[in-house]
Amino acid sequence: MDSRQIRIALTGNPNSGKTTIFNHLTGTRQKVGNWPGVTVEKKEGDIEKFGCQLKIVDLPGTYSLTPFSIEEIVARDYILEDRPDVVIDIIDASNLERSLYLANQLRELDCKVIFALNMADLARSRGYKIDGEKLSELLGVPVVFTVGNKKEGLDELLKTAVEYAESGTGIPESRKVRYSKDIEKAISEVREELESRIGPDFPYNRRWTAVKLLEDDTIIKQRLEKLLGTDSAQVLEKAQQLRDKLADLFHEEPEIVMTDERYGFIAGILKEVVTTSSRRRVDISRNIDLVLTNRFLGFPIFIFFIWAMFQITFTVGAYPMAWLDAGISALSSGVDALLPPGVFESFLLEGVIAGVGSVIIFLPNIVLLFFCIALFEDTGYMARAAFLMDRIMHLIGLHGKSFIPMLMGFGCNVPAIMATRALESRKDRILTVLITPFMSCSARLPVYIVLAGTFFAAYAGTVIFLLYLSGVVVAIVTGRLFRVILLKGEDAPFVMELPPYRLPMLKSLLIHMWDRSKMFLKKMGGVILVGSIIIWVLSAYPKAIDYSVDYGARMDQVHAEYAEKIASAPAAEARKLEEERTARIADLRRAKRIEHAEKSYLGRIGRFVSPVFEPIGMDWRGSVAILTGFVAKEVVVSTMGVLYAAEGDAESDALHRALRNSGMTSLAALSMMVFVLLYLPCLATVAVINRETGTRWMILSVVYTTAIAWLAAFFIYQGGRLLMA
Amino acid sequence: MRLSDMREGQSGRIVGVGGDMRLRRRILEMGLTRGAEFYIEKYAPLRDPMELTIKGMHVSLRVNEAVAVTVEPLERNNG
Repeated sequence: MDSRQIRIALTGNPNSGKTTIFNHLTGTRQKVGNWPGVTVEKKEGDIEKFGCQLKIVDLPGTYSLTPFSIEEIVARDYILEDRPDVVIDIIDASNLERSLYLANQLRELDCKVIFALNMADLARSRGYKIDGEKLSELLGVPVVFTVGNKKEGLDELLKTAVEYAESGTGIPESRKVRYSKDIEKAISEVREELESRIGPDFPYNRRWTAVKLLEDDTIIKQRLEKLLGTDSAQVLEKAQQLRDKLADLFHEEPEIVMTDERYGFIAGILKEVVTTSSRRRVDISRNIDLVLTNRFLGFPIFIFFIWAMFQITFTVGAYPMAWLDAGISALSSGVDALLPPGVFESFLLEGVIAGVGSVIIFLPNIVLLFFCIALFEDTGYMARAAFLMDRIMHLIGLHGKSFIPMLMGFGCNVPAIMATRALESRKDRILTVLITPFMSCSARLPVYIVLAGTFFAAYAGTVIFLLYLSGVVVAIVTGRLFRVILLKGEDAPFVMELPPYRLPMLKSLLIHMWDRSKMFLKKMGGVILVGSIIIWVLSAYPKAIDYSVDYGARMDQVHAEYAEKIASAPAAEARKLEEERTARIADLRRAKRIEHAEKSYLGRIGRFVSPVFEPIGMDWRGSVAILTGFVAKEVVVSTMGVLYAAEGDAESDALHRALRNSGMTSLAALSMMVFVLLYLPCLATVAVINRETGTRWMILSVVYTTAIAWLAAFFIYQGGRLLMA
Repeated sequence: MRLSDMREGQSGRIVGVGGDMRLRRRILEMGLTRGAEFYIEKYAPLRDPMELTIKGMHVSLRVNEAVAVTVEPLERNNG
């Protein structure tokens, strides 16, 4: 069998049904990754068909190949540099005019393009009839009709693609896009200048390069400088001269004129291939929108959907979470029973299982949250959410779409930050990622419950509410600040399509959800595992601790003492004595545990850094608790449980009592809560920030959040002391 | 007249697009080209952004972006 590999790239407008077609073509054999250097999802799938190996690459959905957004650059670069054998352009048949804009840019690029006229059934029901043969003839491009969600025409599409890839010819010269006389003249002049300076191995189509130079395409200019060195200067200068000339002639930048002419060309094509049989019939989508973005109903419905999303995520998610929790406990006790006590057992139990368990437990939440988000995206509601919220978000200098990730932050920052992928502009994405950690995630709640419950019993609810609110305020202030200082420049244009509502397909929802959850598990699991092991090592070592008291001997002593007393006491008193003995042994154990914690590496680090935390009212125990909170913020509670020597369950009354007796003031507690609210996000969040925005921004986020946390806590603690003095 | 001056339910035709390059091209790419006819579908509940139908699709843009688009209103009562 011929094992020739054919590379097929899929392009198309957003909402053209491209992803559905890709999912049907590749099924479960798809790999999701990132395009090199950017956080745009790259999806590929290998399949075998007609005796060929087909590698199908799903390019980001774009309206154009003008290199303004990352998606557009990624898509264009793949076609330019990786030279796929065939490019399939998925065209929304009911939206032919706009789709043909991208289609024509592809034709100009001189690659082998096939048009897949998708959702032709929908177009027909709207009264458009498209003459595919005529379109194919006029543009010199094979045309295939498909109905993606019904899997119609996909085999034919692949067959056409394979045949086209194997045949030699591309688009015939006579079928290329033509511009008006003056522009054509300028194009050939630039082309001549270019051709006089390049060798035969020049990688790009010459006419196309000339067109791009006339359009002042910065990326192509840079590539040319790289390829030609100093020779490029004359070519660029020539192009600039001609640009000025054309601008003079048309009173308009050449790229605008050319965009106009492309649309003119498209209008001509449309006239020949489309027949509109009737005026537009009832537009269901429009009717839905009359309700969903209604002036009065829009917001209440939006709030209801968000509420429902949280309910599903956290209430429904609580059941599988409980099962997972039970499973992890069962695993721990199984390991406990199987292995002899010792370093390895402790490593497995407290390091690996406890650490990874603390992340796995969030999996149901994350899977459900991603399911809801995929539902919002696939139905088209996400664009309406942005439409509704944009006015408010714009106040912080953000796009309406930033609202959903920020809101999700209240649940868990990790999926929230991953959800910023829905944002088109990189600046918006970075800014949203940077302010999301100030949304108080659910892992911080246990800390508030313990501290506020202990020190502000009657007002605990109010205090916790104010903490959440402060987080939002800090996020807004940070957003405005960063927009002015770090991410300045004009906003990305908001202009976007409100795609028609569509019935989501379960398969595509599941693929979406699973892809993202898998990413969460893989990346976060690894980081958390390493982090938990480090924390475990720091708290378990050194093994040989120089205790101030020989606890073993003390315990033996107590045992001996009571053994004697019990033996000689009457039965009634013996039980009381036994209880007394248990209590004294427990006291000793606790004292030993505290001393161990204090003298472990972690305790030493805590003592070492405690001068930093002193001004905000925390002793070394608080410092250690906060350090361990880096793994996951709820760990702060369990560390406090150990250090403040509470017995049994960390959240029990014992911890409340122990905290109250520890000399911690309510002011210090408030300061600590504020610090926990704002300080550096947990390990998993830091890892995901690093992934989504790069190391520089990750470091900025870590430093900024911690600095803000310290300053806020400092003002609260010191200010409070001044007021109370 | 500017696109941002148009009221809900009005129809019009695009005369020209100004503004900075990036915005301009984006607007053009979304089909708001010279001569194209549109219908103002609605303004968002907070009066910004706005939604219009043009070339059979629904496009939304901010009011301060719509300032860059020059239009002429059309006398028509149905949408």
